[in-house]
Amino acid sequence: MTAAPTLAGQDSTRRELMTGVLQKQGAAIALVLMVAVAWLLFPRFGSLDNLRDIALQSSFLAIIALGMTFVIITGGIDLSVGSVYALGGVLAAYGSQWGFLVALLLPLAVCGLIGLINGLLVAKTGMAPFIVTLATLLFARGLLLAITSEGATTYKIPEGEAFVELGRGTLFGFGYPVFIAAALCLIGGLLLRRTRFGQSVFATGGSEQSAKLMGLPVARTKVTVYVMSGVLSGLAGALTAAYLQSGVTVIGVGLELDAISVVVIGGTLLTGGMGTILGTVIGVGIRTVIQNVINQIGTLDSNYQSVVSGAFLLVVVVLQRSLARTTTRR
Amino acid sequence: MTDTAKTVDRTRVARWLQEYGVYVAVVALVLFNIAFTANFLTVGNFRTQLIQAAPVLVVALGMALVIGTEGVDLSVGAVMALSAAIIPLYLGAGTLPAVAIALAAGLAAGALNGVLVAKVGIQPIVATLALLVGGRGLALVLADGQLVQLHDPGFLALGTGEVLGIPVSVLIAAVLAVLMAALVGKTAFGRRLVAIGGNRRASVLAGLPVNRVLIGVYAICGLLAALAGVLSTARLGAGDPADAGLLMELSAITAVVVGGTPLTGGRVRILGTVMGVLLMQLVRATLIKHNLPDSTAQMIQAAIIVGAVYVARERSSR
Repeated sequence: MTAAPTLAGQDSTRRELMTGVLQKQGAAIALVLMVAVAWLLFPRFGSLDNLRDIALQSSFLAIIALGMTFVIITGGIDLSVGSVYALGGVLAAYGSQWGFLVALLLPLAVCGLIGLINGLLVAKTGMAPFIVTLATLLFARGLLLAITSEGATTYKIPEGEAFVELGRGTLFGFGYPVFIAAALCLIGGLLLRRTRFGQSVFATGGSEQSAKLMGLPVARTKVTVYVMSGVLSGLAGALTAAYLQSGVTVIGVGLELDAISVVVIGGTLLTGGMGTILGTVIGVGIRTVIQNVINQIGTLDSNYQSVVSGAFLLVVVVLQRSLARTTTRR
Repeated sequence: MTDTAKTVDRTRVARWLQEYGVYVAVVALVLFNIAFTANFLTVGNFRTQLIQAAPVLVVALGMALVIGTEGVDLSVGAVMALSAAIIPLYLGAGTLPAVAIALAAGLAAGALNGVLVAKVGIQPIVATLALLVGGRGLALVLADGQLVQLHDPGFLALGTGEVLGIPVSVLIAAVLAVLMAALVGKTAFGRRLVAIGGNRRASVLAGLPVNRVLIGVYAICGLLAALAGVLSTARLGAGDPADAGLLMELSAITAVVVGGTPLTGGRVRILGTVMGVLLMQLVRATLIKHNLPDSTAQMIQAAIIVGAVYVARERSSR
């Protein structure tokens, strides 16, 4: 700070407080502002129907981003989630011919296995998570194509199958996926904040070396977060399949980048060691509200969605970075 | 005693594999194809392989520089899409202006990435992720979401023409590879970028113009990505912002890493990158020519990536 220390004392504490608040709550403030503006400008935005839509759309991304948050806090990254999500959906629809349990457990098992492969390769061989999960991105797509005879087959979930209820059923008007996502994020938040495992996640991302010296199970922690990411992506895919009543082969392309950007917007640092689940949930909200608002402006090309999201991501990271500088420079 | 002898032996083999594995793999694949693939040893086939590999190589050359600085550029595919959208918009004014504008856009996009990484201090993945997310959308907005057929013969010659029997795009890629090798090996810029990748802090302390070099590297990468977009647009005969450069970032990064440039920076292998591109191209061609379905081909490619990087990984633990 440039001002003289005696006079500036009070001033700089206040400023520090402000930047601290902005840094921590910036995404939340942005979300509230966006919702308020959208509510005022678009009468349909605040309708119960639309809010239900927003919540439902958010829930699938939130489940994937939850796993991604854990991975990123350990200092890793999971590029495979989009493919794994699509694979999970196809497996769920494929498995639904044998009933509810298979429809749910088959995708979780296979996607969890892919997560396990990711985790083992990252933790045991020291290969870059970026490359490992890039390879499983290709692998999961290949597997999906193999199951669907090169993408030519779409598995439908049989009419009246209980599994459909999981995606389409509602409680108080809101879809089951919303509650599932909310419950998972709550559990995820508690896991991160209140358990020994959560501490190892932060420590691993903060400084792997010191985490090892402290005797924390670094390798096991890494494997666990990638398995979580795989299972959650598979679950999101299964829920999507239940909602769509079929396993769609072409979805999920680029979803990993959506997931990463909402995690980053939510304040989790890609360098690891820092982050919150609540921030990620807020990031997902921001992403969905942008989408929703652009859909409301009927004349706007839907391609603007990604332009706005990209610009938003840029603004957020630049702000985060410059705020982080002002707080550390004092 | 025997134990240490064995480890020495193993590290020597590992190191040799790290250095020359990609060359061995390319040669092995070529030999395999000569023996078992019908019509492999034809001029037509070689042309097809090289033409398909050319845009990937152009992108991978820029990517190799970026990765050498311990960075990564996720936006190259989106920049290619921008090219594909811009060319049809300005082709009315002539081939040269259209290409120049597309290249300038790529240069600007790359420089923006560079400024974000160097001056603002944002991690390369995040800095370039923003352009990846927004860039293709912008391309689609510019092109109104349409694929535009092109008929300008001068421009299409970039895709189909040849000089001395060599396709223009292959020639451009080859010349660029030589230029990049010279840039990395013979110039102060090249030495500095490798130094920055090896230890950025030390480079700052040593008084190197770190920011300028970083911005330059990302700008070159953006420029080359835009050029690759121009080349693939000319070859396709249409500007296709939805499909141009899709997943190119991943192909390019794979080729660079398989070619022996570590993601941790501090080293750039241009010839290795060329080999990496050829290897991935040959793998794909081999799988297709033996009628393996796309699904199997993708899974095998994934295994090859992991295998190649696993071999390369031992470097860091030396």
